[in-house]
Amino acid sequence: MLYRETGVFHSSYAADQAIFKLPQDRYAIAFWLVVAAVVLPLTVSNYVLTDLLTPFLIMAIAALGLNVLTGYCGQLSLGTGAFMALGGYMTYKLVTALPSASALIGSLTGVELALPDPVILGIRPFDLWFLAILIGAGLITAVVGLVFGLPSLKIKGLYLAVTTLAAQFFLVWLFIKVPWFTNYSPAGIAPAPPRTLLGLQVTGAASPPVNRYLFVLALTCLAALAVKNVTRCKVGRSWMAIRDMDIAAEMIGISPTRAKLSAFAFSSFLIGLAGALWAFVKINSVQTDAYGILVSFQVLFMVIIGGLGTVLGSFLGAAFVILTPILLNIGLTALNPGLQALGLPAFEVAMIKHIEFMIFGALIIFFLIVEPHGLARLWQIAKQKLRTWPFPY
Amino acid sequence: MELFATYVLGPLGEMADNPAGVVETVIGGLGNGFLYALVAIGFVIIFKSSGVFNFAQGAMVFFAALNFAGLLELGLPWYLAGPLALGAMFLFAVLVERVALRPLVGQSQLTLFMATIGISFLLQGFGEAIWGGNPHLLKVGLPEDSLFAIDYAWGQALGLDIIIQQSDLLAIATGLVMVGGLFLFFQFSRVGRALRAVADDHAAAMSVGIPLQHMWIAVWALSGLAAFVAATIWGTKIQIEPTMINLALKALPVLILGGLTSIPGAVIGGCIIGISELLFETYWGQPLFGGATTEWFAYLLTVPVLLIRPQGLFGERLIERV
Repeated sequence: MLYRETGVFHSSYAADQAIFKLPQDRYAIAFWLVVAAVVLPLTVSNYVLTDLLTPFLIMAIAALGLNVLTGYCGQLSLGTGAFMALGGYMTYKLVTALPSASALIGSLTGVELALPDPVILGIRPFDLWFLAILIGAGLITAVVGLVFGLPSLKIKGLYLAVTTLAAQFFLVWLFIKVPWFTNYSPAGIAPAPPRTLLGLQVTGAASPPVNRYLFVLALTCLAALAVKNVTRCKVGRSWMAIRDMDIAAEMIGISPTRAKLSAFAFSSFLIGLAGALWAFVKINSVQTDAYGILVSFQVLFMVIIGGLGTVLGSFLGAAFVILTPILLNIGLTALNPGLQALGLPAFEVAMIKHIEFMIFGALIIFFLIVEPHGLARLWQIAKQKLRTWPFPY
Repeated sequence: MELFATYVLGPLGEMADNPAGVVETVIGGLGNGFLYALVAIGFVIIFKSSGVFNFAQGAMVFFAALNFAGLLELGLPWYLAGPLALGAMFLFAVLVERVALRPLVGQSQLTLFMATIGISFLLQGFGEAIWGGNPHLLKVGLPEDSLFAIDYAWGQALGLDIIIQQSDLLAIATGLVMVGGLFLFFQFSRVGRALRAVADDHAAAMSVGIPLQHMWIAVWALSGLAAFVAATIWGTKIQIEPTMINLALKALPVLILGGLTSIPGAVIGGCIIGISELLFETYWGQPLFGGATTEWFAYLLTVPVLLIRPQGLFGERLIERV
């Protein structure tokens, strides 16, 4: 009763193919977009913006990327951290080598040329260079991802997962050992240079949290839209066919080579973008510490706990994996005064970390047992309940 | 040509100049390889009979080592601390079967794999919460000095002037004993035979009255034993701290190389990886690539091998049908 398809008639092909076919869905998504883009930046504190929402959105992009590969195409990967690192380092190299579009033209042609830079209503419409850099870094990551995806043509399942670990350890080692990647920065930590977008500073230590948040939010929405649409078209369907049974898919004329490699490339593009944002928007520096094997597992958790092969699941999974440890930490720290009042020893910082690990591990097992198809499935169940309410039979 | 001279002739010449050094490296690599193999055996035991890819094996080694080291630090003698730590692993096996695996019966391999990663987190956090996060030492009086081969009759007979780490020899000996013991267990004991039946066909095994749940406890307890042995041997070489889990990750390429279902495969895979990665590190990595190549060499080595044999060297052939 509350939520139903009945009575909604589509009179055009476009309406029938829409992502959100029901008016209710459209209102809901518009509501959430307004909340995310307007209400949250105006109301919540900078701490919430920088430490909770921004990392959540960045990791949601990474989860979307891995979901393309693992959820839609069925190829297990444990190299996510390395591809994020690649995105970060490539963005850094491109940003420092090519500070502006004029520099690119200058280096290509040898002619120093100043591009026009008009200011309209206080913003610079041509000031999108950083976006171009991000896309460039993403494309490089996509090419490397494609190369590391080549073994998937022959190797399957858990065997493939172990070969992707080669990417994880080799790339991270490379970034540590070759100082060229950090422009010879001391200790291998390269500070992220400040960059603007449409006249607003989005990276660097001095950029306001709201700018960063809105920048990441816009990119996350674009990424989600891209994934949703790509998976609804021919390429995406070929991915799912490969996932469900690769031999059968090959027999009906789907090329596994093209399907798998395109999934690797698209997935690596998004993961590289997430890695670049993590370095430039979240931690303000490019360093390998941020991209260890643990990150690879975290992203895999997001995809599996959220729900394989769903866009909504990537967001739910990212929220769970990013926010749970932070909330646990806050919760356990908040218990301390109470414990002291009872005469019990307070939790030390290290102990909180250990307990966090335990609860996080236990929660993963719990969710896998309660809902093996992921959190996104809960929304499906909720929709079904709302459809049949108040007569659930 | 110049590249060929630097990257091929140079290291090979160095190996030819000092054959004793090569022998030393090979023995050291063999020692490392058996350490990886000890962890990999634990994986294989579980994978073979339940199809669970147990990512928590590394954490189990860490947990066993922490328990053992912690109990020793409390002042218990090793003959009490050892069985207690082993008992903890058995208790853990029962709990895993009851709490995590039983509700997940019939789920996809990926779900079970993720559950074991959850177990891995849980174990690491639990172990550290009890025994503290500082690095521990696990010294049970196992020999760990170096031997000079020339001091012995066999060394003189072979004309070997090399230094051998006793811990390497210990690892090799323990590994061989483990494999032999497991072979006898699987071949001749009642439980071992039941486990092989389960590995062959779950449904058929159940239909002849083999209780699956008990068997699962048995495999987890067995791999807990493997983890305990690995922990004891590893304790002679390295400190007990969480980075141990990453080191235990090396067992993954080892067992992929050997084939997921073969215990001898795990040992041979361990030898291949242990020797080749140490040779590469000594003769190529250190002089030419800035060192620390052991971090990734094993993983990269598996790729060409798997491209030729996708099921690993000794794994069961994968047969796919539509």
